Amino acid sequence: MTALPEVEPLLARMATELTAHLKRLQRSDPAFVGIHTGGVWIAENLRQRCAPEAPLGTLDIAFYRDDFEQVGLPQRVRPSELPFAVDDRHLILVDDVLMTGRTIRAALNELFDYGRPASVTLVTLLDIEARQLPIRADILGASLVLPPGQRIKLTGPEPLHLTLNPAD
Amino acid sequence: MSLTPSHLQLNHQGQLRHFLTIEGLSRELLTELLDTADSFLEVGERAVKKVPLLRGKTVCNVFFENSTRTRTTFELAAKRLSADVLNLNISTSSTSKGETLFDTLQNLEAMAADMFIVRHGDSGAAHFIAEKVCPQVAIVNAGDGNHAHPTQAMLDMLTIRRHAGDFKNLSVAIVGDILHSRVARSNMLALKTLGCEDLRVIAPRTLLPAGIEQYGVRVFNDLRTGLRDVDVVIMLRLQKERMQSGLLPSEGEFYRLYGLTRETLALAKPEALVMHPGPINRGVEIESEVADGPQSVILNQVTYGIAVRMAVMSMAMAGQNAQRQLNQEAQ
Repeated sequence: MTALPEVEPLLARMATELTAHLKRLQRSDPAFVGIHTGGVWIAENLRQRCAPEAPLGTLDIAFYRDDFEQVGLPQRVRPSELPFAVDDRHLILVDDVLMTGRTIRAALNELFDYGRPASVTLVTLLDIEARQLPIRADILGASLVLPPGQRIKLTGPEPLHLTLNPAD
Repeated sequence: MSLTPSHLQLNHQGQLRHFLTIEGLSRELLTELLDTADSFLEVGERAVKKVPLLRGKTVCNVFFENSTRTRTTFELAAKRLSADVLNLNISTSSTSKGETLFDTLQNLEAMAADMFIVRHGDSGAAHFIAEKVCPQVAIVNAGDGNHAHPTQAMLDMLTIRRHAGDFKNLSVAIVGDILHSRVARSNMLALKTLGCEDLRVIAPRTLLPAGIEQYGVRVFNDLRTGLRDVDVVIMLRLQKERMQSGLLPSEGEFYRLYGLTRETLALAKPEALVMHPGPINRGVEIESEVADGPQSVILNQVTYGIAVRMAVMSMAMAGQNAQRQLNQEAQ
């Protein structure tokens, strides 16, 4: 049985690391972008802790997935909303779980259809080590190896909690 | 040929694979389509108005009847989905050389087309193609005879939902030549499916089909009575050729009795929406000041039409892909 970490202490540490990361690279005036749905919760949480004045955007990457041919569209697609200009902005891209890397690939493609950001920092709560693309998080909560046939799920937004479920 | 709804439009998992008519589609599916269209609407506001969903797919606009708006919005929708688009104006091409519909479409299929957008003067044409000619190609009906114009109906539904809210509490009136209007038929079906309880049609007796009551509508022959307190007015285009057939006395007479003017619109609710599928005949079914007025959402309808067609195309393509995989697994 894999022990799942508590979310709150991870977020506290990630906020500290993110603030230091931005300072070290002299990236000011960032904007947060959360990937639906768990990523939006994490992004909002970190935004409150690191830069409450920064704007928050949301991405639904359904139109950019690489498996449309195999699985089609999800039943519910939400509009993406970036209430700020992407051009020359330092973006903090946030997702709950980094697994194959394909979601992040899709999200990067989508972001570039809004403009040319100055930089993109990737923040994820968990890294399930099953990468299929050369993508890694700049700021990471924790790494986990899942037992076969299991999937991790973040529930929230209040409280944020991790559960282990059988993969469908 | 039967025009009754069939499960032809749905794959074995209940997903859309052809979009031929509103008839037989569930409220859940229509709502899913509108939700997806809402997301595509946002794509139209970006710097790059394009998503890679149908990259590498070929969409053929096969128009046996002229249309500028419908064809261009389908073309734009396909391009915003990154598909390659072919426009075929059949009325001016092969058929004049004696090639049959069947042969024309089979040739297109042989060019590895993935989707046909079909407009045809005969009711049931899109249905026939989906059933008999090219079952492997996703077929979208862009208007067939007097039968159906389902993408127009769904863009009208998106307009109503965005500007007036939940269908259940709305009074909606459709005004004009109901008899010959595929838009009216598809709109009546969509509005009833989405839960509209007060749906009215307003037309002279000569322009109402027999058995109109089966749609669950209230029929009015008098515009002034029918428009009272409605939330939405959908005007239909008066096709001038109808005048010659003796169904109507004259344009002037029609305008006097059924034209939407500032005076007649005042009978509806103060914020009532004015809609029209276009192209509008100013001074025939609608007064210019009303068409261009603050209550008019006629141009919004055009914008929403692109998003709705993107939703229809991506859903039908996904359903057709899924069906192909099921078929392969079954073999």
